[in-house]
Amino acid sequence: MLVHSRGARWAVWAVFLVLFLPLFALPLLVVLGASFATHWSGVLPSGLTTGNYRAATRGEALQALTTSLVTALTASLLALAAGTWAALAAAALRKRQRRVMDALFVLPVAVPSVVVGLSVLVAFSKPPLLLNGTSSIVIVAHTVLVTAFAHQSVSAAIVRLDPAYEQAAASLGARPAYVLWRVRLPLLLPSLTAAAGLCFALSMGELSATMMLYPPDWTPLPVLVFAATDRGALFAGSAVAVVLMATTLLVLLAVSRVRTRASYR
Amino acid sequence: MNADPTLRSAPVPGTPPAPVPGTPPAPVPGTPPAPAPGTPPASAPGSAPAPAPGSTPAPAPGSTPARAAHPVAAPAADPGTGVGGGPAGPGRGRRLRGASPLLWALPPVALLAVFFLYPLALVVRQSFQPDSGGTSLQPYADVFASPAFREALWTTVWLALASTAGCLVLGFLLALVIAFVPFPGAKGVARFIDVFLSFPSFLITLALLFVYGRTGLANGLWTGATGAADGPFDFLTTPWGVLLAEVTYFTPFVMRPLLAAFAQLDTAQLEAASSLGARAPRIVRQVILPEALPALAAGGSLVLVLCLNEFGIVLFTGAKGVTTLPMLVYGKAILESDYPGACVVAVVNVLISVGLYGLYRVVSRRAGA
Repeated sequence: MLVHSRGARWAVWAVFLVLFLPLFALPLLVVLGASFATHWSGVLPSGLTTGNYRAATRGEALQALTTSLVTALTASLLALAAGTWAALAAAALRKRQRRVMDALFVLPVAVPSVVVGLSVLVAFSKPPLLLNGTSSIVIVAHTVLVTAFAHQSVSAAIVRLDPAYEQAAASLGARPAYVLWRVRLPLLLPSLTAAAGLCFALSMGELSATMMLYPPDWTPLPVLVFAATDRGALFAGSAVAVVLMATTLLVLLAVSRVRTRASYR
Repeated sequence: MNADPTLRSAPVPGTPPAPVPGTPPAPVPGTPPAPAPGTPPASAPGSAPAPAPGSTPAPAPGSTPARAAHPVAAPAADPGTGVGGGPAGPGRGRRLRGASPLLWALPPVALLAVFFLYPLALVVRQSFQPDSGGTSLQPYADVFASPAFREALWTTVWLALASTAGCLVLGFLLALVIAFVPFPGAKGVARFIDVFLSFPSFLITLALLFVYGRTGLANGLWTGATGAADGPFDFLTTPWGVLLAEVTYFTPFVMRPLLAAFAQLDTAQLEAASSLGARAPRIVRQVILPEALPALAAGGSLVLVLCLNEFGIVLFTGAKGVTTLPMLVYGKAILESDYPGACVVAVVNVLISVGLYGLYRVVSRRAGA
């Protein structure tokens, strides 16, 4: 306890609330409020309606939701596989080689996502790999972007892994593949699911690279939110944004349940 | 894209148990705590591999017994360096040494090369190939000479620097209150911050449109109270609107490592300082701030890179007056189909960002080690 006098403590809390509420709580509340409204010209939104949601859960928006879900699920599974493989392989390398590999795999974090989008566009708009205009170019870009995060989470977990378990298994005659499958991966499961959730959330909200790449028939939710706000349909856009947030949170919640279950095993 | 593992409030020995009530402990009894078991928000951007920056390896009270039980085995976790140190795994470690680990590392590296490094190399190559054909520095000369580029470069840099400064100050203050002047619900606020990190950045700009927009909440309040025709708030389409949105969105990225570092701080130090007569500001300056510096440095440089690369916030602001480098890349490539020009801007942007990110890795490694 840093502040001992009661009055000073209340003052500190008041300052905290004055900073915290308008900056962090208000934006989310405002988007939620606007999604139920048709006008906002006073203190509170007016013209309450659920019409925005009716529009946001059918037709174009529903298609965007499935597009986003398919993209995010595919990208995070691919990224998880590639990132875990890379992290496991890097852990077996010598120090200098491991450094190089880690640096290679975090590079997509530092490169602006717009540039990742541009580079994928430049590279796959011509043979031998012609992906431009297909859904796979979006998935490829998302996978590249989130693999870095999967790799980082998993390699952090591998460093913390207690080697005693695998040593015990190996000393009892288990082959490396068996040790990996029955000892290391189960021990890593909590961080694998955490990484999956992270990748999913990032891919659901990805806008920069997607704006560079998306074909007309593969429009993820963030692009739809942008299209709506760009043409001035702010309220319809907020309803779509709330659907996006709610879906992300639901999936994260489901993933964290998997994790708690897994950690009992 | 946000986040970096080095920022995860990783459970470090001595950290109080995971913040989620009712989470089961580590997977296996006696395992060192897995990274952030049961903290779903750990999945939020900003999670991190390395021990939280600023964490001292000194075994704090309550450090995991498992670690203590195999003090020698721990270094052997690293088969690469474990040569001769401690009882390395009898079979596995030795078998993996040699050529085969490199072979195993090949497939993911090959994938990365095909889908990331090769496209990036093509961008660099295209930046030297003007539309007129041949190879020359002409695109660079054109872009560097254009006032739009210089302005975008300047806007990007000062916005990123100002946002980072704002995030550091605000994040430090808020984390200070959450950690050292806790109130009922402070844990919930910390969790909320984690959830906040898993939302896309453009939501903030969207929300600000309703709060400070021409006919938004703040202006509505003003016109309602004064009867004026227009409210005073009209800064959203200026760089200040982008600045506000970036400070809002990126402050949690500073708070996470700070909260992790504060959890490491022995409160007895604070009690001692205060019983010796130090007042709160002095304790903050002389006890807390030095402990927080590594976390501040790491979080700050990460936020700097993320701000340099931010696209969603600027795009949603829709301001003609605010153009940053990522916006310029998008504009040149998609709106003008000027690919060589877009590639030049992209190369400049990548050089700045990767350079700073490299610096960040060095800083955070030094801080975390």
